Amino acid sequence: MSDVSLMVNGKRVSGAAEDRTLLVHFLRENLGLTGTHVGCDTSQCGACVVHVDGKAVKSCTMLAVQASGSTVLTIEGLANGADLHPVQAAFKEHHGLQCGFCTPGMIMTATDMISRHPEGLDEATVRAELDGNICRCTGYHNIVKAILAASTTMKGSKGKAKQAA
Amino acid sequence: MGIEGVGARVARKEDKRFITGAGRYVDDMVVPGMKHAAFVRSPHAHAQIKKIDVKKAQGMPGVIGVLTGKELKADGIGNLICGWMIHSKDGSPMKMGAWSPLAFDRVRYVGDAVVIVVAETKGQARDAAEAVEITYKELKAVVDASKAMDKGAPQIHPEADNNLIFDWDIGNADDTAAAFGKAAHVVKMDIINNRLVPNAMEPRAALGHYDKAEDHYTCWTTSQNPHVARLVMSAFYNVAPENKLRVIAPDVGGGFGSKIYIYPEEIVCLWASKKTGVPVKWVADRTESFLTDAHGRDHHTHAEMAFDKDHRILGLKVETQANLGAYMSLFSSATPTYLYATLLSGQYNIPAIHANVKAIYTNTAPVDAYRGAGRPEATFVMERMMETAARQFGVSPAELRRKNFVTAFPHQTPVIMCYDAGDYAASLDAAMQASDYAGFAKRKAAAANKGLLRGIGMSCYIEACGIAPSAAVGSLGAGVGLWESAEVRVNAVGTIEVLTGSHSHGQGHETTFAQLVNERFGVPLDSVSIVHGDTDKVQMGMGTYGSRSGAVGMSAIVKALDKVEAKAKKIAAHLLEADEGDIIIENGALKVAGTDKNVPWFQMALAAYTAHNLPGGMEPGLKETAFYDPSNFTFPAGCYICEVEVDPETGVTEIVQFVAADDFGNIINPMIVEGQVHGGLAQGIGQALLEGAYYDNSGQLLTASYMDYTMPRAGDLPSFKVSTSNTPCPGNPLGIKGCGEAGAIGSPPAVINAITDAIGSNDLAMPASPSTVWAAIRATKH
Repeated sequence: MSDVSLMVNGKRVSGAAEDRTLLVHFLRENLGLTGTHVGCDTSQCGACVVHVDGKAVKSCTMLAVQASGSTVLTIEGLANGADLHPVQAAFKEHHGLQCGFCTPGMIMTATDMISRHPEGLDEATVRAELDGNICRCTGYHNIVKAILAASTTMKGSKGKAKQAA
Repeated sequence: MGIEGVGARVARKEDKRFITGAGRYVDDMVVPGMKHAAFVRSPHAHAQIKKIDVKKAQGMPGVIGVLTGKELKADGIGNLICGWMIHSKDGSPMKMGAWSPLAFDRVRYVGDAVVIVVAETKGQARDAAEAVEITYKELKAVVDASKAMDKGAPQIHPEADNNLIFDWDIGNADDTAAAFGKAAHVVKMDIINNRLVPNAMEPRAALGHYDKAEDHYTCWTTSQNPHVARLVMSAFYNVAPENKLRVIAPDVGGGFGSKIYIYPEEIVCLWASKKTGVPVKWVADRTESFLTDAHGRDHHTHAEMAFDKDHRILGLKVETQANLGAYMSLFSSATPTYLYATLLSGQYNIPAIHANVKAIYTNTAPVDAYRGAGRPEATFVMERMMETAARQFGVSPAELRRKNFVTAFPHQTPVIMCYDAGDYAASLDAAMQASDYAGFAKRKAAAANKGLLRGIGMSCYIEACGIAPSAAVGSLGAGVGLWESAEVRVNAVGTIEVLTGSHSHGQGHETTFAQLVNERFGVPLDSVSIVHGDTDKVQMGMGTYGSRSGAVGMSAIVKALDKVEAKAKKIAAHLLEADEGDIIIENGALKVAGTDKNVPWFQMALAAYTAHNLPGGMEPGLKETAFYDPSNFTFPAGCYICEVEVDPETGVTEIVQFVAADDFGNIINPMIVEGQVHGGLAQGIGQALLEGAYYDNSGQLLTASYMDYTMPRAGDLPSFKVSTSNTPCPGNPLGIKGCGEAGAIGSPPAVINAITDAIGSNDLAMPASPSTVWAAIRATKH
């Protein structure tokens, strides 16, 4: 057993975990953060994507002890209180989800993708960068649309923020 | 249409919990004292179990129980069954082999469950499962249905000689032979429909909880039809009587058919909970899903189509071998028969049809209905045949189809179905226009300049949804009725709960069903809750599959709303001292038509419950129940056009345009309908280009993870151009046909027709992977 200490969604958390415990299982089972999902066992599907120290990471590829000391953001911590994050809002507005199982991973991947492309995104880039996330319901059409829309919204709001400053 | 009513593009109510990580799937459930299960599965495709030694496993850390099939059988738990009886052409019933939830004497496919281990943690359960020692005597296996009936092939079940489950006929052999006798042209093809793994993103899971004090069981399960699960587990598997068994299917992460069936794991978890005295949760890992979820398709077909000299179809002969795997899954017999061969008339006038289907056991995972279920297989046969015929005759594929379209309705086909409404030419025209069909030659030439082979292919599909009526499916062998139930509860403050037997696992029922209520009573969507997926809340239901929730599930709601409306109008008429016939419902109030006299909806509801001033003899309250049994199937249809560019150097195919023009009848929420089409297209394109489940000759599944089974990813697909041109369905009150499966049904032949057009070779198997396409191109050159 090892002690694991993390900052998750702005809160300091700690607990003991078997050495073999994956980060995703620590989040789900020790912390009860069940929004992060497990859809495969080969790190292919991306349902478990969270942000570790600001980067999108498949939380099934990392041991909980490896993440100790890191700052983790999960889907539960993305919205600002009652205000949805622009990517969450875009997924709803553009029907970018059906069964909802891949959705948390998709949204966490998308927020990371948008922040890595402040210049904006095009369809080909979005499709290429979604390579690590599988959805079986939507055919990706509306996911791509939602990410492009969120990227535009976030670019606009940043621009406005700059102007205001 | 109001802003939240029928026809409105309303964003989904259910999204909030999914986008914030607050969805509640089975694996998210925790009950006090819950422990974890792992299954020990057969590593062999076919073997005798000589000995099971659990001693070492029992002594492992955290282990609570290690249970075997012998103990399960001793406790009277029954075998799994197939719920649809098919009779062979000689009148004999299908040959159903015994399927114990835990195998105790023989295993018949890799993944067959043998032992369950219950332990404190998931990790400990898995460790102990590895310590269970099973001695097998390996037997010869067969995985290919076309070889399973050969002399010397291994006998899989003692009940089924030569592994033949049934040998079934439909249509008229004599009429068909006569039609071929008159033919000017005959087109012949051998067609394989590749085996697929459904791959809902949420793996199957079950949590069984036995409450000793109440002698009561609760099962949380990833089910598309929790009531059917309860019925079957109670009536056939002897888990518990229905009143002692609650089945809950909470948020379910996709199904596509694979979560219709009742599998060994939920039965065994319930039984193990009683045996061990703790709640038992099992969650499949992805490899277990690949090994044990019911697979789809796997047909080998020989088809011949007879035409007259003017290219009108005279007759169709089809012989199909359907691989049903090692055991007969719950609806496995219906898929290659009444869901397949009854659609072999396509959109066409075909005077004579005869089809023969042989269902065959092999040492592979059970095969059952997967999105489309039989109809994709029928459409692939028909639309590959039509395209091939057009090429052989040197005529336009569009015009050959148009010439043979059914244009008058109702239309009785020679294979049971009676099409009620449609306009196939309208869909064809819409798709041709949207795809700029006329401009294709120019685009082909431009592609050639880049060294690419450009091709175009179409598919005109028809399907049958909302399988019904109950009496008819009963006469064809179904073990259940295929109606749906609804209960509408108007609360005393006017808010409304709709309890439905349909189950949403991505389809958006919480929104579309509420739109129906909004349309009728003007109650805002936020004041309408849709309740589903719990046998303690909803009395009975048949669940969601076969695109039935719109046509059947919503029709049941309409019937219940009719009853609520009638009573609400009586109450309002009494309060307003008006004639019941003069009451109309508008903008959230019940009004006397042509006056300003009205009573708001919530006041009428309150009056129903205070019961201070109701019409004489009226019972208090406002709650109505309805069961709806359709009069016929519904028949969605449409035309899909796919355009591809193939790189002849690599065999890589890019879909450069995909157009879908569908006729779904009336539509409640166009945004959700489009989403259903997108998803179906992705699965159909996946089948055509990427997906295939492969076993080696010893019965090992070679494609048992996402490293080996190619799932369509965002980069494999284009954005889709979808549209609808709708003819209302005359058979149900909403005029709805259903849209859940169309994309998966219509798209594979459009893709293959496009690639074969591009490469100039008609011989191409699915999935048309780069190596397959490259080899097909090379073959044309030698």
